[in-house]
Amino acid sequence: MNTFDNSDNTQVNQPARRAFLKRTALTVAFSLSPLLPAIAQAPAAAVLPGNLNGNRRLDSWLRINANGTVTMLTGKVELGQGILTALLQIVSDELDVDIQRLQVISGDTALTPNEGVTAGSLSVQDSGTALRFACAEARGLLLAAAASKLGVPASELLVSDGNISARQGSAHTTYWEVTGDASLQREATAQTAPKPSSQHRLTGTSMQRRDIPAKVTGGEAFVQDLRLPGMVHGRVVRPSAPRAKLVSVDIAAVQRMAGVRVVHRDGNFLAVAADREEQAIAAANALRASARWDEPGDLPPVGAALFTHMKAARSQDSVVANKADPGVAATATVKVNAEYTRPYQAHASIGPSCAVAQWSADKAENKLRVWCHSQSVFPLRNDMAKALRMPQNNITISHREGSGCYGHNGADDVALDAALLARALPGTPVRLQWMREDEFASEPLGSAMVMQMHGALNAAGKVVDWQHELWSYTHSTRPYDPDGINLSASWLLQEPAKPGPARNIPQPSGGSDRNAVPLYNFGQHKTINHLLLDMPIRTSALRTLGAYANTFALESFMDEMAGVTGADPLAFRLAHMSDPRGRAVLERVATMANWKTMPTPDTRNPTAPVKAGVLRGRGMAFSKYKNLASYVAIVMDIAVDTRSGVITLDKVWSAVDVGLVVNPDGVRNQIEGGIVQSASWSLFETAHHDSRHLISRNWPDYRIMRFPEVPALQVDLINRPNERSLGVGEGSQGPTVGALANAFANATGRRLRDLPFTPDRVKQALG
Amino acid sequence: MSLTLSVNGQRHTTPAAPETPLLYVLRNDLGLNSPKYGCGIAQCGACTVLLDGQAVRSCVMPCAAATQGQVTTLEGLGNTNKLHALQKAFIEEQAVQCGYCINGMIMSAKALLDRVRNPSEAQIREAMAGNLCRCGTHTRILRAIQRAAKELA
Repeated sequence: MNTFDNSDNTQVNQPARRAFLKRTALTVAFSLSPLLPAIAQAPAAAVLPGNLNGNRRLDSWLRINANGTVTMLTGKVELGQGILTALLQIVSDELDVDIQRLQVISGDTALTPNEGVTAGSLSVQDSGTALRFACAEARGLLLAAAASKLGVPASELLVSDGNISARQGSAHTTYWEVTGDASLQREATAQTAPKPSSQHRLTGTSMQRRDIPAKVTGGEAFVQDLRLPGMVHGRVVRPSAPRAKLVSVDIAAVQRMAGVRVVHRDGNFLAVAADREEQAIAAANALRASARWDEPGDLPPVGAALFTHMKAARSQDSVVANKADPGVAATATVKVNAEYTRPYQAHASIGPSCAVAQWSADKAENKLRVWCHSQSVFPLRNDMAKALRMPQNNITISHREGSGCYGHNGADDVALDAALLARALPGTPVRLQWMREDEFASEPLGSAMVMQMHGALNAAGKVVDWQHELWSYTHSTRPYDPDGINLSASWLLQEPAKPGPARNIPQPSGGSDRNAVPLYNFGQHKTINHLLLDMPIRTSALRTLGAYANTFALESFMDEMAGVTGADPLAFRLAHMSDPRGRAVLERVATMANWKTMPTPDTRNPTAPVKAGVLRGRGMAFSKYKNLASYVAIVMDIAVDTRSGVITLDKVWSAVDVGLVVNPDGVRNQIEGGIVQSASWSLFETAHHDSRHLISRNWPDYRIMRFPEVPALQVDLINRPNERSLGVGEGSQGPTVGALANAFANATGRRLRDLPFTPDRVKQALG
Repeated sequence: MSLTLSVNGQRHTTPAAPETPLLYVLRNDLGLNSPKYGCGIAQCGACTVLLDGQAVRSCVMPCAAATQGQVTTLEGLGNTNKLHALQKAFIEEQAVQCGYCINGMIMSAKALLDRVRNPSEAQIREAMAGNLCRCGTHTRILRAIQRAAKELA
């Protein structure tokens, strides 16, 4: 029995969950979205490493070109995380070819492997592993061909930058000369072992990113910069509120405006194309001004009432982890309870979403080309084909970089918008960029969440029982749902499609419940997830999914438990942590920050008055992202001005273990960015709504961290060359908010349990 | 009728209406990639260009208002063969994640360094406060600006 078993109000729907697990079992290992394409294998095929398993031909990853270049093909795409440079380092090492010879094709439905979604901090793990094995095997095939050509055993051949020479004598050839004899048009076997890390030249070094020079000189770096001959400009006019119906709009008047090529209405979908961009914007503004919408006014309540509403909402409930040890739990002497919340938050990319679409001039041909910054060009193609009622093979989608997305923002939606509008102008390329207001009001948000924590300590101050119960809307509404179309314009059409139902990514990575299962050793622990089934405000993947809020709750509650006895936060964590790599990052960050043992404040029922002034504090937190990826420990020093309620971040130290580091500076860049972004979420960000509308529409309504508020950062990497590379892109988000919350408690003796930590909340907490 | 603009040392004419934001003229009539649309209300800085050395937000500046001055964009600072000290410093510090904001970062920094030869970190932070970065690359951007300041000093 669990100490906090609240079986009265927890209906655990195991059969439904089992059915869901069964249906998605093949894709779980690639759990970027609950459902992904082209991963399922014929039962007889051997399991190949990484995404080689779903894309088994060597030539789908690699082309050795007769002109002395090599083309690397990857389904993963550059999102500003530096992935393509990291993958090139891997290819260069395994193939023994200088990186300057390498060309890249990424994220193209006509050309590259289908690797699903670039998300979940999995690209080095999945694509990198596939490329390592593909390159090792290709190198072996090329050497075999050279051996045959030169009459020298392959074991006697050396390779340097594609030049093959015999150890003894003058026999010599090159990859480019033998490429015709060493066909890569075959299935990979993964029988050739990649090099040991001791033989890597570039892996483990901070190569400069290949995409940066164009970005600092005004080169063509983004889909926003794509200019096709005859291209026109498009804009959309989205419904004024979720589920609003278009009652009337004066299309004829807008059609007469300067430069307007077409006004396109299909049900509640409204868009305009014009010769010039400013003409398209003016026409869209005129359309918006004349449009009358019937707004249902069905959004959930705001403020604290939102969380009460969520706890009572229709849900699918499941126990996602349950380690029972009633004997140990029965030794509890003190019980602690706390509830934490996180509001809706936005991706808020700096550049609004954009796509270029072009239909075949001949309508009968029915072909569509799309350029966009989707994280998932293959799943997007699937949903676009359904929405446009056409065969998938008639659509080609090519990735071009956009602004950083941090998850499922408007990148996919805008591609369908552009395609719908461009269909009205066959043969003409249409560039459609959302306005800032479209981005804020139409992007799927990161879900609001409630986390209820219950814990118990024994007489020795050890945690003997722990329960993490959470309520959340879905974090996974990316395209490629079998039971719907997850592109917003498709729901607006005269014959509307339906979105897929609310789903959760199952453990071990989890979706809403990501990082809600403690990695610490507690006597017993249980995690209960309430997946809310209705979605009044559209939500989907925002960097880390549920892990940010769950780690906030988990790591705050660790300190609340430590505070019962006043144990030191570091000692308390180490006393409950047996994973040596978890211990190592905690110990390293403590050394970096010159951690001095200190008592954790008891924040259960604080009564002592808080002294006025600027209070300084230090906090610590830890997580292993998804319990599967990078280990990150953080220490943060902050100052709290009790009069203004403003929290200032002074310095953040971070110790990181991602296994084998491919590009140390790339890892640091991701960790640093995650810290700043998480700090911004935690101090400032709420995507506001009222009963009808999403009301955060531009930067004045959605404050993010600015230069004067950014803390000094120090990141240390613990390189483990003999361990596999672990995902890094989302590793620091959770521990950052945990360390911030704990630093506040350390500074003030009070605890903040509701995000974000605005000055009003701070003043309220300080009484 | 058409307007004439001086951009990166060259004269250009545009058929745009006078109230058209300079941003769209630079991007679409002159084919310049660097100024980016971000918010349309001068709140994020992605569209920053220099007008007579002053950092201005091209998303809210009517192109007619720029006809009397010299407009400089990121392309006007340097190119991959001949990088400006700021461009070089941004590469050396790898001060980019997605890079969408970087045009504005470099142009705002250029205006600052032209005004203040050796700014303190606090001065740089203050001068850059109106430029938003969502990837969290701020500390690298600060280092890059400091590095460029040293080289230019």
